[in-house]
Amino acid sequence: MTDMKKSPTEQERVGVYVCHCGSNIAGTIDVDEVAKFAEKNPNVVVSRNYEFMCSSTGQELIENDIKEQGLSRIVVASCSPHMHEKTFREATERGGLNPFLYEMANIREHGSWATNDKEAATIKAKALVNGAIERVVHHAPLEKIPVSINPNTLIVGGGIAGITAALELAEAGHHVYLVERDGTIGGHMAQIDKTFPTLDCSACILTPKMVDVGQNDNITLLTYSEVESVEGYIGNFNITVRKKARCVIEDLCTSCGDCEEKCPQKVVDNDYGAGISTRKAIYRSFPQAVPGYPVLDKENCTYFQTGKCKICEQVCPTHAIDYEQKDEMLNFDVGNIILATGYDLFDARKIPQYGYGRLPNVFSSMEFERMVNASGPTSGHIVLRDGVTHPKSVAIVHCVGSRDQNYNEYCSKVCCMYSLKFAHLVHEHLPGAEVYNFYIDMRTPGKGYEEFYHRLLKEGTHFVRGRVAEITDADRNPGEENKLIVQAENTLLGQQQRTPVDMVILSAGIQARHDAEEVSKLFKMGCDYDGFFNERHPKLAPVATMTDGIFIAGACQGPKDIPDTVAQGGAAASQVAKLISQGTVMMEPVRASIREDECSGCRICNTLCPYNAIEYDEEKDVSRVITALCQGCGTCVAACPSSVIDGAHFTNTQVFAELKGILWDVQEEITAKQEAI
Amino acid sequence: MTDNGKPKLAMYWASSCGGCEISVLNIHENILTVDEVFDIAFFPCIADFKYKDVHNYPDGYIDICLFNGAIRNEENEEMAHLLRKKSKVMVAFGSCAYEGCIPALSNLTTKADTFNKVYIDNPSIDNPDGIFPQLVTKVDEGDLTLPNFYHTVSSLDQVVDVDYYIPGCPPEPHQIWAVLQIVVAALTAGGPLPPAGAIIGAGTTALCDECEREKKEKTISKIYRPFEIEPDPDQCLLEQGLICMGIATRSGCGALCPSVGIGCRGCYGPPDGVEDQGAKMLSAIASVLEVGDETMEEDHLEELIQKAVDDIADPAGTFYRFSMAHSILKRVKNGKGAA
Amino acid sequence: MSEQFEPVIVGFLCNWCSYRAADLAGTARIKYAPNLRPIRVMCSGRVDPQFVLQAFRSGADGVLIAGCHPGECHYVNGNIKALRRFALLRKTLEQWGIEQERVQLLWASASEGTILAAAVDRMTEEVRTLGPLRWGEKVLIDEAVLAVGEEV
Repeated sequence: MTDMKKSPTEQERVGVYVCHCGSNIAGTIDVDEVAKFAEKNPNVVVSRNYEFMCSSTGQELIENDIKEQGLSRIVVASCSPHMHEKTFREATERGGLNPFLYEMANIREHGSWATNDKEAATIKAKALVNGAIERVVHHAPLEKIPVSINPNTLIVGGGIAGITAALELAEAGHHVYLVERDGTIGGHMAQIDKTFPTLDCSACILTPKMVDVGQNDNITLLTYSEVESVEGYIGNFNITVRKKARCVIEDLCTSCGDCEEKCPQKVVDNDYGAGISTRKAIYRSFPQAVPGYPVLDKENCTYFQTGKCKICEQVCPTHAIDYEQKDEMLNFDVGNIILATGYDLFDARKIPQYGYGRLPNVFSSMEFERMVNASGPTSGHIVLRDGVTHPKSVAIVHCVGSRDQNYNEYCSKVCCMYSLKFAHLVHEHLPGAEVYNFYIDMRTPGKGYEEFYHRLLKEGTHFVRGRVAEITDADRNPGEENKLIVQAENTLLGQQQRTPVDMVILSAGIQARHDAEEVSKLFKMGCDYDGFFNERHPKLAPVATMTDGIFIAGACQGPKDIPDTVAQGGAAASQVAKLISQGTVMMEPVRASIREDECSGCRICNTLCPYNAIEYDEEKDVSRVITALCQGCGTCVAACPSSVIDGAHFTNTQVFAELKGILWDVQEEITAKQEAI
Repeated sequence: MTDNGKPKLAMYWASSCGGCEISVLNIHENILTVDEVFDIAFFPCIADFKYKDVHNYPDGYIDICLFNGAIRNEENEEMAHLLRKKSKVMVAFGSCAYEGCIPALSNLTTKADTFNKVYIDNPSIDNPDGIFPQLVTKVDEGDLTLPNFYHTVSSLDQVVDVDYYIPGCPPEPHQIWAVLQIVVAALTAGGPLPPAGAIIGAGTTALCDECEREKKEKTISKIYRPFEIEPDPDQCLLEQGLICMGIATRSGCGALCPSVGIGCRGCYGPPDGVEDQGAKMLSAIASVLEVGDETMEEDHLEELIQKAVDDIADPAGTFYRFSMAHSILKRVKNGKGAA
Repeated sequence: MSEQFEPVIVGFLCNWCSYRAADLAGTARIKYAPNLRPIRVMCSGRVDPQFVLQAFRSGADGVLIAGCHPGECHYVNGNIKALRRFALLRKTLEQWGIEQERVQLLWASASEGTILAAAVDRMTEEVRTLGPLRWGEKVLIDEAVLAVGEEV
């Protein structure tokens, strides 16, 4: 009917290799039978079966056969392409053929491993191998596409992950744009008092790095800014950033702090202060803020709300206040992006039986962290909500919102350690206080972590192994009046326990930022089931994403402590540095292209591409694929009603051939029936 | 039979409506040129010819045979084989012969249901004894035979080898004339003929190439039946929610139907390179149906999409109106498809 | 070899999610019906309805299209287009006489090997109950032969 061309496939010389994979395949599938079956295909010249095709001997079989037998196509029936497609493509190339003249039949993961029925598995293997042979004869040689890498990098998020990555790249001589949503970099680590297990002062180890970032010429620091749009592809991203108006002229501001001091408007600090301290309407989150320019919070500023005040303007010695300042849109090009956007704390109000938000002396971990900090609202004194009374007993509840099918099923990794840290700090600040840690398991896997736990044991902490059921102020027994009662099952004793305490700290878990999904869509990457950014491979590629040129680092990828965060920041930077030093990367040629002289300009394809890779030429009245933007999904190929869009390496001809190939046995039955009639 | 050396033309109608013949006559005065150049060897519509005339011709006697109509019954198939034998060039003329056209919509039902509807169960029949026509009826003078009515309607190329296809329901007169000119030039002055198997007398790309309407980025928010809205005269009909098969239909007719506000029905068949016109139309329309997105809950998303899709009353009949015999599945299983 | 009818189901699995789910099922040694014959595509959005029709025409008894969950598509929203096409295709296939159970759409992320295996098992049994489709044989030949035999 339509395909009148004489197929050139009769001239192909296909080599087929059926792998035993030891007994992984051969134990279930009759590999000999499959190889003999493949040999019967008119296009097949050589058909072998071998123990381990991925071994160097196996690969050499392919290379030698290509050279000695003049093979033009290769099929390997073995494991998943996700395992060894690259391996065998390279072997094909070493043999002298274009690496895309190769096809793989997955008879292990999809075959021998998925069934005990040997006969059915062999039938399936033959079908898949036949499909691969029929497909491969239609493969065309393809060349990878070179893409140049812009040496600049965008890092989103100025916490310790982003800071680490930025410094690594900047010190290697590459330019970095560090975009941070808050007015200062530092992230959650700046809120922390001491870090486990060394009890380093968090700010003391963080602030030198923050200063380095502020002073490094290779880092363009954009704080109080957010990424608005991301266009392009690896090596060639175009970024638009909204630099929000802080109402301070940065070139004039000396960070003297007078405006902040004189501002009459106090605001509850729900961000840095975790809601237990106040700040001014014009403020720096903390004194060591980098950059040191304050931010004017228009929503809480008297001038912006009522038109009166303007004290900060009057007081500023360098006239750096500018109420008219507008948001600035910045546009620049980068080659790679690192997302280091951090985490949100689990909101313990979601567990009403713990009483957070209702019972005054139930504190979240971040509230306690801020309280115990010497620069906090109580100068580091541990006191109840009345601001005065020291608790004589403190309960620390582990796994709040974590390891819980009702909230987050995963373990947040850091809470046991910081709960122990809290226990230690209570002992230190309030000698003689009773400290109770209610835990499920004690998870202390890092260097010095288990030893830290032992220290807490020695300090006289009471450890109760049991998930807390309820925290209540409804006293029942003597000694419980005016206390908070923690009800839990003490599983080591095998009985219920009611422990009256003065203060409860809820060790809330780590969860993905509330807007992580929106952010991931902005960067065209995905989130996993729990909302954290999806890594390319959980073991072998934890900082890469499925999108080339976009990396992730730190808690945005999943709960982790500071050492792991720093390691990931460095890892992401290293992967970016690798690309920068390569200068050019080779992209997979699985792309779409439109045969323009056959395109009618119907424009069905125009809105289908999520990468905006399809443009319409008004003059010629045809649509066109921008090859570099195309990611090769094939959606436009399937949609085109004229079939004029070719999807390289997944063409209609190839898929139809594979389809008919895998149904060879059913087709044979039907042909026999037709002939009988 | 006189042989005056002029090339021989035949035009036969199998299961058809006669529209193709009218379209040929619609080349107006050019018909005189046809008469001048050709000898009409067999053209039952316009003159009295008998089948035995054709049987008596030597093989290959007819230079060009314009065979229109689908293969519905035994007689159609017999004539197809006969004319193939007697013709040098066999042209599948018009949508019926090319791809089944309207007769092939019978593939949405079964022979049994069709016979039941025609001879028993319809308001204008009076057949109390339930008599059906028989293949063989004995009468005193001998046996009367009727050609067997096939269960499935086929296109011409599914029973004989076809040299060229001229699509359209009917092919437009100016296209017919263009083809005849090429044939005349080939026969009289040694001009080139298109490659065997070619689809001629039409364009190669989709109808949008010929359509004057303004095309913007295609998104459809809702599908309407033609009677439900009055379309803007300048804007693409599909963008307004009216089903226009133009995107999946070969050009050549000059986009006649869209130019008067009716969506193209697809009678010229698919453009080059498309296996199944209906499936491609389905794919294109569904792809741009702007209903639901990736931020929605799975259940809600599926519900919205199903509702939008339900606005298309008869997808099989609409998308395969002309191309059913050439479609990948060709006919409906157990005849349940009639809407 | 069991005497019962063994359905042949063609699966179009997307490279990033469902193909990896099938890989995972194998790696985890989850045993499931060997009746599925997978074809890899980069995205479920690549699945042209012509593929589905050709699969049936070439003798498949069922077709499974499997992709990423909405919102998780590696190419952002290719699976949404696949879903839209699937809805219209299934409605059209009903008119062709192909039962709903024979053409199914499944969302399975790369970590959902068990879900994919369970879906293949379920679909195999559903198609087994419906019986062989074998379009080229049963519909195009047998039904025509039957119609002749029905001599009216």
